[in-house]
Amino acid sequence: MDMGFVLTQAITQAIGVTAIIYLLATMGLNIQFGYTGLLNFGQIAFVAVGSYAIGVFLIQWQQDPWPNWMPWPTLVPNLWVAILYALLLSVALALILGIPTLRLRADYLAIVTIATGEIMRLAFKSTDPLGGSQGINGKMGQDFYDLNPFPQQDRFDFGPLSYTRADLWVVLVGWVVIALLLLLTWALMRSPWGRVLKGIREDEDAVRSLGKNTYLRKMQALILGGLLGSLSGIFWAIAKQSVQPDSFVPAFTFFCYTILILGGAARVMGPVLGAIIFWFLLVFIEQFLLLLIDNGTITFLVPTQVGPIRFILVGLGLMLLMIFRPQGILGDKKEIALDAR
Amino acid sequence: MLRAFARLLLALLGLMAASVALTGVAAAADPAVVAVVTDANKAPIAGVTISVTGPDGFTGTGTTGADGIATIIVPKSGKYVATIDEATIPGGATVKDGTERTVNVLSGNKKVLFPVGMPDDGGGSQDGGGGSGITLDRVMQLILDGVILSLIIALGALGLNLIFGTTGLSNFAHGELLTLGAFTALVLNTSLGLDLLIAAPLAILLSALLWGWGQNQVLWKPLRKRQTGLIAAMIVSIGLAIMLRYVILFLFGGAPKSYQQFAGQPGLELGPIFITPKAIVLSIIAIIALVAIILWLKSSRIGKATRAVSDNPALASASGINVERVISIVWILGAMLAAYAGVFLGITQNVVWTMGQYLLLTLFAAIVLGGLGTIGGAIVGSFVVGITVQLSTLIVPTELKTGAALLLMILLLLVRPQGLLGRPERVG
Repeated sequence: MDMGFVLTQAITQAIGVTAIIYLLATMGLNIQFGYTGLLNFGQIAFVAVGSYAIGVFLIQWQQDPWPNWMPWPTLVPNLWVAILYALLLSVALALILGIPTLRLRADYLAIVTIATGEIMRLAFKSTDPLGGSQGINGKMGQDFYDLNPFPQQDRFDFGPLSYTRADLWVVLVGWVVIALLLLLTWALMRSPWGRVLKGIREDEDAVRSLGKNTYLRKMQALILGGLLGSLSGIFWAIAKQSVQPDSFVPAFTFFCYTILILGGAARVMGPVLGAIIFWFLLVFIEQFLLLLIDNGTITFLVPTQVGPIRFILVGLGLMLLMIFRPQGILGDKKEIALDAR
Repeated sequence: MLRAFARLLLALLGLMAASVALTGVAAAADPAVVAVVTDANKAPIAGVTISVTGPDGFTGTGTTGADGIATIIVPKSGKYVATIDEATIPGGATVKDGTERTVNVLSGNKKVLFPVGMPDDGGGSQDGGGGSGITLDRVMQLILDGVILSLIIALGALGLNLIFGTTGLSNFAHGELLTLGAFTALVLNTSLGLDLLIAAPLAILLSALLWGWGQNQVLWKPLRKRQTGLIAAMIVSIGLAIMLRYVILFLFGGAPKSYQQFAGQPGLELGPIFITPKAIVLSIIAIIALVAIILWLKSSRIGKATRAVSDNPALASASGINVERVISIVWILGAMLAAYAGVFLGITQNVVWTMGQYLLLTLFAAIVLGGLGTIGGAIVGSFVVGITVQLSTLIVPTELKTGAALLLMILLLLVRPQGLLGRPERVG
């Protein structure tokens, strides 16, 4: 281990699979919280729906159909159909969450969404037809890997970075999808529709008095953000080939908030910058401390304590950002009306 | 702004210094496999044989003591397999998830958990229907467990609701107040060697001073001066919760711990129900504390001022009430109640860094159910939630029981957004 290894690790992770997963979910939050001011604390619920739809439809119910008279192999013949179901399910979840709570005050949406995320995690964990506490493991998304155009070779090297054939394909597609979605977000937010969303964030009553249906717009924002969240889950299942109930904890959503506020809420590129910096710092600090412990510079820490230190810094970072620079790196302080709905 | 930052830094430096002192001690111990055998109610089981095999043909056995713990010292770090001898478990019960555990011992102790599903209360969650069906005995036992859980929730929820009422803050770091209280007692109890009967009250006082009054002075009072918005403050509290949680994990490690006294207390069988004496005493103290605080809020001058601030801070301030003083008192009270709840949980179950985190959503469910910002609502909501959580295990798997309370909260919000005791008002 040396400094070069530490930096290589940090850069690889900053643009790697995990960063892409968090980034997709955070882009959804950006539409909900950044542009519309909806306090969704349960983005993880949408991520879980995406992941579980892929895992359950493609692996679990193919092997062990539930209910057992359902012909799942014909209903879900390939990955693309499973993705379609995943997206439909996340729309359904957004409607279920939004209908009762979008008329209430902001903190009610926060508490109901975080509670829904936990209910879903516990339900997945204790329902055996959905994988139970073991989760779902298996070859998810073979259709996707079959499309891999890269030549058969062990590793692809780009300077210090090195990828396997499958990893390179996953990461490349992830970033292409993100680029397209960023373009879509940019186009939507400069349209009249997007201006209404920002208006709702600033002053919902004013927008309502102009004859706009704010309830409908908030619902649309929740659905759009939820779709991005479930894309993150779909990507997760395909890239990691594993769906574990205890990955879907509330902390995921809070890390997304940290990323969003770090990069700058209500900015198209905010989540991208936030995710890259967040994962770079997280991995860099971890690897750097491990290096110092390894070569004996630091003797008062053991390797298992490095993990907690990273998260102490995440918590501290979220607090300090929120207090001293709520607009993050890219944001505009005038535009961050954090006390809108 | 700079001063607030400097204070934060100072507090952090203190924590780091404490951590250095503590970890130096922890790393020196011999490596050992620590097997913990507990029944479905998390009570320890004595006299169970555990055998450990490992590299270089190492074998060792141990028998659990009254605290349900068997410690098998191993020669070096490496991979070990711990096996529980099911024949030695009283009542012929079986272990959840098999009898073997593979553990990777680094340095120091590695805890292995053997949760035993007792035949009389279902224990296992795989059957999905909750064991032996719905019997009167089981219902009574669950109601009793539910009342005890309700008291713990009420201790946390009352403070959370008072803070919400007076400052408008949805404090996501309130669960960590419980954890901090429990760990403060643990430090006094195990590191300083004080008896728990002295350590616990001292920990509650220290919590009131440090984590209640201190937290308000260092963090929330400056934020109110800066006129930080409520949602921004909520996100700050999330950051604080994450930070505190991992500071505790960093200092104390992830393994569950227990206090030196009252750890493996045998239970009493009162007819069909089963309860430990420590739970009875702790519950009675909790009831006295809750009643005393409610009476105090209803009758004393400061109590009335607290309710006035909850009702309308601007009006209260205009009529000569020192709002900041009331808020300080509420934080002190909230931290004391939460610390007691933490010690209560620590004595009846165990002390672990996630204890508050897991209870936080239940606390929110209780105050939303009962009515945000109301005193009576916190208590009523806590009992509805606590008893629902335990009784729900009659029909849903044990893991889902918290989900039942959260679902109840969401359903109630559909028909009565102001909660059971809240005043109807426009909330959207």
